[in-house]
Amino acid sequence: MENLAENKIVLDLLPQKFGKQGQIWVVCLLAICAVGFYAYCRQLYYGLEVTALRDYASWGIYISNFVFFVAISLVGSLITAVLRLTDVHWSTPLTRIAEIIAVSAISFAGLIIIVDMGRPDRFYNLFTHGRLQSPIIWDVIVITTYLFISLLLLYFPLLPDLKIMIAFKDKNGKWLQKLYEFLGSFWKNKPEQFKITDKAINILSITIIPVAFAIHTVTSWLFATTYRPGWDSTNFGAYFISGAFLVGAGGVLIAMYVFRTHYKLEKYITDDHFDKMGKVVVLLALVYLYFNINEFLVPAFKMKKSEEEHLMGLFTGEFSPIFWFAISASMLIPILILVFKKGRKPKWSFFAGILVVVGSWFKRFLIVTPTLLHPFLPMHDVPKNYTTYIPTWEEWAIAGGSLAGALLVITFFARIFPIIPIHETIIETESHEKA
Amino acid sequence: MKTNENSRREFLATTLFAGAALAGCGGNPFTPDEVADVKPSGEMVKLLSVDGEIIEVDKAFLKPVPEMPSVPNSEARVGIPGKKFAMVIDLSRCKSVKKCQSACNHMHHIHPGQNWIKVYPMQESEKTAPYWQPTTCMHCDEPPCVKVCPVDATFKRKDGIVLIDSDRCVGCRFCMAACPYSSRVFNWEEPQIAKEIADKPYSCETSIPQKKGTVGKCDFCPDMVRQGGLPHCVSACPNGVFFFGDILEDSVTNGAETFRFSDLIKDKSGYRLMEDLGTKPSVYYLPPVNRNFPFENNEGEKK
Repeated sequence: MENLAENKIVLDLLPQKFGKQGQIWVVCLLAICAVGFYAYCRQLYYGLEVTALRDYASWGIYISNFVFFVAISLVGSLITAVLRLTDVHWSTPLTRIAEIIAVSAISFAGLIIIVDMGRPDRFYNLFTHGRLQSPIIWDVIVITTYLFISLLLLYFPLLPDLKIMIAFKDKNGKWLQKLYEFLGSFWKNKPEQFKITDKAINILSITIIPVAFAIHTVTSWLFATTYRPGWDSTNFGAYFISGAFLVGAGGVLIAMYVFRTHYKLEKYITDDHFDKMGKVVVLLALVYLYFNINEFLVPAFKMKKSEEEHLMGLFTGEFSPIFWFAISASMLIPILILVFKKGRKPKWSFFAGILVVVGSWFKRFLIVTPTLLHPFLPMHDVPKNYTTYIPTWEEWAIAGGSLAGALLVITFFARIFPIIPIHETIIETESHEKA
Repeated sequence: MKTNENSRREFLATTLFAGAALAGCGGNPFTPDEVADVKPSGEMVKLLSVDGEIIEVDKAFLKPVPEMPSVPNSEARVGIPGKKFAMVIDLSRCKSVKKCQSACNHMHHIHPGQNWIKVYPMQESEKTAPYWQPTTCMHCDEPPCVKVCPVDATFKRKDGIVLIDSDRCVGCRFCMAACPYSSRVFNWEEPQIAKEIADKPYSCETSIPQKKGTVGKCDFCPDMVRQGGLPHCVSACPNGVFFFGDILEDSVTNGAETFRFSDLIKDKSGYRLMEDLGTKPSVYYLPPVNRNFPFENNEGEKK
């Protein structure tokens, strides 16, 4: 009887070939990536001239996209590490989803920062002439560290699953079989092996928490270490971290819904999971709201001259539509939806997740650009188009291409590996049945 | 005294020109095919060779070297020993003629539309008097741009000047975000400069040629200073707004007038911009009192 259940789980969770929808999805993403790639070729040829970036708004949607990627990648550490270490078991089926979001997002964070560079051909200078005093170098170090820890946290729990998959030789096809064998043929399900990986996963779970905090705190310092109004804030590290956990959790809600409906995983990603994740999102949104109030209300109370222009631009000025959209979409409306039990049903959670992620993307835009357009000395002695920032099609294409690329990595991962850990699910159900 | 100083400087300059020519052509100040075009005048001039020997050359063969060979970038990173440069900008003399800006743009081949020197119409509040405020790079003693540069492409020299190595800059623009004075500009596209200039090796001291995808800014013209001259903005200003000099010598000059730096700052209540940020600029401002010109802002009409 038990074996039957086990077989059922295995068959349910094995990676599946793309259906028609899946193929359309992949083709669309590839097309967006291709347009982005073409736009980037143009940028390489003509220089950053093709963007709307100019001397005042010298950072734009590439940098806000970078911040967004770093932010959403923090969810890996939240779900796999924080929840694991606090002995929360309901999140087990979500760990791999969270971890692949983390790996894919942090890789594209690295790529998009190269896209933003005026001289990508000199990237190696960061290593040959790196100055440890610069927050950019801190970011390079912690992001690389985070990527590798995340990869290991993705890989170790995958080992028992690889053994299961290798057994399905005919189903896999030659190429995948080779990949599985290359990655996991040494795994024999021995108790010693489990002992070692369990220990390794525990150590990694502990180390990834400070590293995760570091990546986003350091990213916030790229702004907070300058004097500019809107960035010169001691609140920035905590503000960024809380926002990052929120957008990551929102991303997991979306992914849960998509994988559940697409792969028919209702038994594994249950309504209960949405209920619990929904509560997590409400908590995180409240925390982020708290830091937002700190970030905006305190300077607005004083209205220092240098801050005034910036803040009024956000509250009632040119950026106010985006500002109020971002605040309500990323925090207020999701809280209102998910605070009710009915709102935590899969469909509503999915909707709330989309609001969180889209709102958070625009929130990152508001963190980067309005500040640059409100310098200490008034904007002067520059051509007219230097005083505004409306991204060009090349910038949108490249930013969109990077987002599509990140989704593509997640999609292919789910095609090749079981998106819900098979082995851990079997263990969990067994212990559940025994209890 | 002054004439002596001048003649000594001229002599040195001539010698250096000749020396450079000699060094450049392997002991021959002219190339053979040019000899054919030039008829000896018979008038000989004495020159000091690079080896320290006095030599004679026909005057007709002398031609000014188009530029001084710049110091190697390793030396340009260190600075001119025993100096600490500063600028004083007298706001009471500025009427926004912008000759400083055009001279700077011309000499550094700055991209059309961009400026290293900006002349701001300032007015602190409704009831306070408007005035013109030219800004250069402040060459801060605590430069926020240098602090954040990930590759040491922008650096602070011992003589106080902050420069950029455009051959190393990766174009991350963190320095632009860090600079509170908005004095940095970026080469968003291929700089529009003549090929012979674009082909020159980059010199940190001349900031020429500007390169695509890198940051540029006011450099206090250390190439001019090294030759005993003044930055281009200082010499171009018809109203003597800019004073340049060495704080250690305690003197600043706009070319026509020379002042003791400390006296000038004391007597006219000199100040620096955004002192509260702690950046410690090397550029001092004299307040716009007892002005030479009324404030007239015709900028809107021009456009």
